[in-house]
Amino acid sequence: MSTNHQTAHRNAKQDPEKPWLNPNAKPFVRFQNVSKQFGDFTAVDSINLDIYKGEMFALVGGSGCGKTTLLRMLAGFLDPSAGKVMIDGTDVNGVPPYERPVNMMFQSYALFPHMTVEKNIAYALKLDKMEKDERKRRIDEALEMVQMSKFAHRKPHQLSGGQRQRVALARALIKRPKVLLLDEPLSALDKKLREATQFELMAIQYKLGITFIFVTHDQEEAMALSSRIAVLDKGQVIQVGTPSEIYEFPNSRFVAEFVGSTNMFEGTVVEDTPNQVVIESASTKGNINVDDVGRYQIGQTVWVNVRPEKIKLSKTKPAKHAGLNVLEGTVSELGYRGNHVIYRVKAASGKIIMVFAQSQNRTEELDITWDDKVFISWEADGCIIVKS
Amino acid sequence: MSKFLRKFDFLQVILILSLALLYIPIIVMVVGSFNASQLANHWTGFTLEWFVKLFNDRRVLEAALLSVEIAFLASTISVILGTLIGISLVRVPRFFGRLLLTTMITAPLVMPDVITGLCQALLFNQTRVLFGWPTQGGFVTILLAHITFTMAYAAVTIQSRMLTVDRSLEDAAMDLGAGPVRAFVEITLPIIAPALFSSWLLGLTLSLDDVVIASFVTGPGATTLPMTIYSKVKLGVSPDMNALATIILAIVGAGVIISNIIMVRAEKQRQLDESKAMAEAH
Repeated sequence: MSTNHQTAHRNAKQDPEKPWLNPNAKPFVRFQNVSKQFGDFTAVDSINLDIYKGEMFALVGGSGCGKTTLLRMLAGFLDPSAGKVMIDGTDVNGVPPYERPVNMMFQSYALFPHMTVEKNIAYALKLDKMEKDERKRRIDEALEMVQMSKFAHRKPHQLSGGQRQRVALARALIKRPKVLLLDEPLSALDKKLREATQFELMAIQYKLGITFIFVTHDQEEAMALSSRIAVLDKGQVIQVGTPSEIYEFPNSRFVAEFVGSTNMFEGTVVEDTPNQVVIESASTKGNINVDDVGRYQIGQTVWVNVRPEKIKLSKTKPAKHAGLNVLEGTVSELGYRGNHVIYRVKAASGKIIMVFAQSQNRTEELDITWDDKVFISWEADGCIIVKS
Repeated sequence: MSKFLRKFDFLQVILILSLALLYIPIIVMVVGSFNASQLANHWTGFTLEWFVKLFNDRRVLEAALLSVEIAFLASTISVILGTLIGISLVRVPRFFGRLLLTTMITAPLVMPDVITGLCQALLFNQTRVLFGWPTQGGFVTILLAHITFTMAYAAVTIQSRMLTVDRSLEDAAMDLGAGPVRAFVEITLPIIAPALFSSWLLGLTLSLDDVVIASFVTGPGATTLPMTIYSKVKLGVSPDMNALATIILAIVGAGVIISNIIMVRAEKQRQLDESKAMAEAH
């Protein structure tokens, strides 16, 4: 599995077909102005979302953002207070969970404790009254797929966390649903296992071609797994895009700060030319050059978002060229992370700027250390302006 | 400190005193049941006479049968009702009278038996005046009275078990195609079965044990075993009752020992399985 999941992943990511860019593509799952109220609390606030066949779609957000409510509305455990939920062109409002062409993998896995692995997986088929041989073949195939054949006669409490997760996956896929819903699929696993399982999930999704929709609070997990991400906050979709779009082109401070680490500089627009915008910011005590084609008004308040890995750190002043932003500062804190070092540099304005420096040489001593006077610099195309 | 005092420190003294308090009366009773003498404090020799006498006493045997019948029915019915109550309280967030049920269901647990018995007796008196039923106390009135208080125990036990059942198990069953009833019967019910069984046993024990409530609501011709024992012993020491108690003690003792052995074995097996699974995972 370890060799072919990588190719599978690569193929999936290089797939030239991006249905969300094709205006004629028909969405497979569609939320149309969907709202959900619990008493006075609005969990989901008129959400519109199109998800296409074969996608690995992530719903990301903090707790209470409405992501789990959306998932439960797809599964049929909740009905929207307003709006329509469509699956494969059919309005599923009022259709009970046991009649929907979707299956769910629960966060707690929800394996039936009194049944063996095999019986857990067979449960859905038993309800379908399938022919015995066919059923047996399907169960063996599912056990094989998640490498659990050896453990077919174990009870859930006799399995490790990772094994339980695989049984839950096999059980949710046995009916070959049109859509598989995954609620925090990896949250109960430890870090090493999470990474391995992540690739297995992608390989299985690619092999079966089933649409996966998953919920997570972990933005790294979302970025690693998904074809597209919807970032949610307070029941609304803030941004939908591919992982790199979300990371490199966040549309708001919320998204920029939620996904990865960032440095945010508040400022006002002082110059707006067709390929460069200049922002005056108190926290840099000067101007910031940004590559941008957006039309701004002079004097408008905006935020410049610079990712820590896009910033260079040096002891000598870097050669000035057009578009380069340079600041002076002092290293106030540093954290050694093995593959990179996190520096927190205090600029002259007092603003703390975070910088990730790659460790490229195995030198014993870091050449930049506490209290060093340093220059930090980034290119005009290494940062982005957000308006809200 | 003397050697003696160090050997028998405070905790050990307490332990011995507690054990003595618990078991000396039982030992006296068991010994008495094999004593040829009528008098409990005078050993004249070993005999099985009292056991023979007991098995020839129709009154005692009939009372025992009545008690078992009532206990069996009362505990079975109270488990059914208790399951419905326990599930409603855990799974149904809102219904008419929910708060009242939540607070009142525990009342029979804390109410003195005398009060419960008196209330039941007054109730049946009233219904007799108003509807002409029941014409007299007996099997049905004892059964109804026993259901009311064993049901409360069953409801509380089952409710607390339901609280620990992962709601997503039923959701998962429904997600996989089972309707709500089927999901409950096939998934939740087997999981809470041990709680149902233990509340059934509890109901059985409570009903078999009760003398106060039954005395209030019974009528001519219906005497449960505890009532028989009580009335016989009231008239003076009766060694055949010692024999009866010894038999009951033997049954209960065997049950406790067997269930302990089974539980210890199951726990060991579970731990073994778990460590095996953990070892294989790495």
